[in-house]
Amino acid sequence: MSLWEYANPVKFLRLSERVLPMLWVLAISSTVVGLLWGFFFTPDDIRQGSTVKIIYIHVPAALMAINAWFMMLVASLIWLIRRHHVSALAAKAAAPVGVVMTLIALITGAIWGQPMWGTWWVWDPRLTSFLILFLFYLGYIALWEAIEDSDTAADLTAVLCMVGSVFAVLSRYAVNFWNQGLHQGTSIPVATGERSVADVFFVPLLISMVGLGLLFFALTLYRTGTEIRMRRTKALLAREGRN
Amino acid sequence: MKALLIRDIRLAVRAGGGFGLGLAFFLIVIVMVPFAVGADTGLLSKIAPGVLWIGALLACLLSLDRLLALDFEDGTLDLLATAPLPLEAALSVKALAHWITTGLPLVIAAPVLGVLMNLPTQGYVWLVLSLLLGTPALSVIGTFGAALTVGIKRGGLLLSLLVLPLYLPTLIFGAEAAQRGAAGADASTPMLLLAGISAATIALMPFASAAVLKVNLR
Repeated sequence: MSLWEYANPVKFLRLSERVLPMLWVLAISSTVVGLLWGFFFTPDDIRQGSTVKIIYIHVPAALMAINAWFMMLVASLIWLIRRHHVSALAAKAAAPVGVVMTLIALITGAIWGQPMWGTWWVWDPRLTSFLILFLFYLGYIALWEAIEDSDTAADLTAVLCMVGSVFAVLSRYAVNFWNQGLHQGTSIPVATGERSVADVFFVPLLISMVGLGLLFFALTLYRTGTEIRMRRTKALLAREGRN
Repeated sequence: MKALLIRDIRLAVRAGGGFGLGLAFFLIVIVMVPFAVGADTGLLSKIAPGVLWIGALLACLLSLDRLLALDFEDGTLDLLATAPLPLEAALSVKALAHWITTGLPLVIAAPVLGVLMNLPTQGYVWLVLSLLLGTPALSVIGTFGAALTVGIKRGGLLLSLLVLPLYLPTLIFGAEAAQRGAAGADASTPMLLLAGISAATIALMPFASAAVLKVNLR
């Protein structure tokens, strides 16, 4: 029994079908609980007023936007090394979800920035590197769409994902060098174990982080299943000579 | 390798006018800028390094789709892939040829266009130096983009979408160095970082380019 057994599409689908209902329930309930708790049952911040509540969607979305790319990178590597089709399809399936997360983070950030910073947008390192991440996602998805042969597309996008990761990290630090920031640093530095967020805000934030994480996981699993079925349909049609 | 280099340069210079086209594009972009932002010399000299960098970058980008597409169509790339010369080396040579026919003329033309943009006197050295260091990186990164999209019909727009984000770090450091040089500040830090990016991309990108080209030739 090893993890690689689930590289078999049949086994993967069987497992995901068993896991998905539970995952949906968990993801949706924790997202809803986290967001509702955050929006309605936390006090207003003394300086930011009720605008602080956007943190419950902004931070988890930003977190998942980066992690989605990271997951695509790992899946691409697995595809390149072990040639498991499920892995390539999972990377393909994760990209649109990652784009939406990036967009949510950018838009909620702009909505929060307008009253707090007095501007919708500044060319701050964090904001700029997120915009760059968004561009990388767009290029990745566009490349998938542009190539007809699916194995070629998987190979090319996998390499693009790897090269893109290097350049995204490079851009992240180049942008730091280029312009000083307005965005605050992290409120929950994991490495030191401290945090500058009070528990009343932190607990619902944690719940919505878990919620959006699970939501990403569920959506990606679901979309991977769809991709597998689409590929099967295509193979069946090809066998009947209709393609 | 030398034969391939000479062949590529010859083809670029003789066939189809791809050689002068990048330069002409660079010129026209720079000419358009004052019409768009106004002919105020103070403003122009302030934005000159950045605009010159953007112009050079776009001129580089535009010439990318002919870098491999013609060779792909007539089967030259298949021959190159089966030749004893490693594909990585062949692509490096092609990037070099692209740089000699596109990047180098841009570097030489940049000071002339700098006059049009009212670039401050102390900025010329830094502009030319930063372009000289940065354009090789643009060529090798562009070769990767061209290899990625070589099999796609009308992949020009997609090529831009893929390559431009990859150009960002080069642009940031290159324009920063030119900007600081023009302002009379010390530009050695961004210059060193730019040199680092160029060195790293020249060393590593041909492997990525060859990997994707092999997939496309399969």
